[in-house]
Amino acid sequence: MKNISEIRSDFPILSEKVYGQPLVYFDNGATTQKPEIVINKLNEIYRKFNSNIHRGVHALSDMASEEYEAAREKVRSFINADKKEEVVFTPGSTGSINTIAFSFGEKFIHKDDEIIISTLEHHANIVPWQMLCERKGSKLKIIPVNDNGEILLDEYYKLLNRKTKIVAVTQVSNALGVKVPVKEIVEAAHSANIPVLIDGAQGIQHAGTDVKKEDFDFYVFSGHKIYGPAGIGVLYGKEKWLSEIPPYQGGGDMVENVTFEKTTYGSLPFKFEAGTTNFPSAIALGTAIDYVTLTGREYITELENDLLSYATNRLSAIEGLKIYGNSPDKISTISFLLDGIHMYDTGMVLDKLGIAVRTGTHCAQPVMERMGINGTVRVSMCFYNTREEVDALGEGIEKVIRMFE
Amino acid sequence: MTINEIQDEIIEDFSVIDDWMGKYNMLIDYGRELGPLDPGFKTKDFLIEGCQSKVWLHPEYENGIITFKADSDALITKGIAALLIRVLSGKTPGEIIDADLYFIDKVGLRQNLSPTRANGLLSMVRQMKLYALAFRAKNPGSAQTLKED
Repeated sequence: MKNISEIRSDFPILSEKVYGQPLVYFDNGATTQKPEIVINKLNEIYRKFNSNIHRGVHALSDMASEEYEAAREKVRSFINADKKEEVVFTPGSTGSINTIAFSFGEKFIHKDDEIIISTLEHHANIVPWQMLCERKGSKLKIIPVNDNGEILLDEYYKLLNRKTKIVAVTQVSNALGVKVPVKEIVEAAHSANIPVLIDGAQGIQHAGTDVKKEDFDFYVFSGHKIYGPAGIGVLYGKEKWLSEIPPYQGGGDMVENVTFEKTTYGSLPFKFEAGTTNFPSAIALGTAIDYVTLTGREYITELENDLLSYATNRLSAIEGLKIYGNSPDKISTISFLLDGIHMYDTGMVLDKLGIAVRTGTHCAQPVMERMGINGTVRVSMCFYNTREEVDALGEGIEKVIRMFE
Repeated sequence: MTINEIQDEIIEDFSVIDDWMGKYNMLIDYGRELGPLDPGFKTKDFLIEGCQSKVWLHPEYENGIITFKADSDALITKGIAALLIRVLSGKTPGEIIDADLYFIDKVGLRQNLSPTRANGLLSMVRQMKLYALAFRAKNPGSAQTLKED
């Protein structure tokens, strides 16, 4: 296994300085940094075989197409999907959820039907469903959480009924880092033949996933949150669903036959990949997945769990610091507020110390409202972060307190 | 003092501080010293949109000059509001509209406190100028005063 300094040297940006201080990057929940091999892969694509996929008869197009399909296979294997046809490339989690909200909604959701989401959702897993509800006259039902941001399963069970057509929940709260009991959620929904979409944007890089074992109907994630490039994401869907629902967007590459009278759609997954996809990023996402696999998913989880417990102890020891989302089952994210000090003041001073955190509602206003706050300071760590960086954060927070007290 | 004289004074104040922590400490002090805003004005009507922290700005027009009062739930933002009030409060609408706020660049506030950082510095400036425009439109006499300047 690589040691931490070997891991860090894989990520060129980690040796950058901001305001003359070593960068401490704790905003991994927003986006993760890229290992050198991913950066090199993008470079290689544009230098050596950039060409549109699936269209040309020439050598470069063949190469690009092969690499693109190889990346799809890497994703399939990584999430343990049955078939490559079940893996669709999209622009990101948001694009994936919009696809399902539209396409599944067109086919299966009617007036007065119900869609269940949770209080923890990112706006990306709220707004597309609200738009669907407006189109169809259907209703959104919300699973509540307790004061620690943990899903109240009993309340969820009460929401399930004949009118429920789909359940769409996050794997992990992006704002609080609390994991969602997706297994129980899926089991209950499936016992009533209701499909489940899991938003893996904050789960894939920490908790991982096995879509077959977990029996997810749909699973979505973004490439840039798992050390890949921006602008590429994945929509996994069971073949039976993806074949049944209509395409989301029309265009090139997704059709079998086009006449002005009638168009027939192409096979899976191309039916959902209209137009030129972000193929260079898809290919480099394959490289990022290779990187994660080679580094070791279990090893990554181990490093992150260690950081989480170290940081939780360090931060809890600071007087006047309150952690939101105190749950034993979390990813390496800590959301907090300092007594009497605005999150924005905290974030601005930490920034000047070279420490990157996120402040605000984290695109999850409903959960902030549930906690009775306007937002938090979010420290989202991943395996390349260190205990020394956590110490720097702790000292930084203590400095903030001294400045504002 | 004219707007430019006050700006020069602020530039002078900041020139002795060479690190960002010092600048923040100064803004925090300005924020603490800012006169209170009547809680009755801490309403949606006086809230400036587009800030991550809440900023309330209240203008009062009397005898041809505008007096601004402000508050914020974040202290650094409140310090920025205090700086803007020091420069623009107590001036005529015409002076406020025509003010070229060069001190923002000179003390390094623009690059580090841009609108994308959500502190609302530029939103505050825009709102102050909008109030000045509104008062001038309602009181054409103040435009006359401006011409005589």
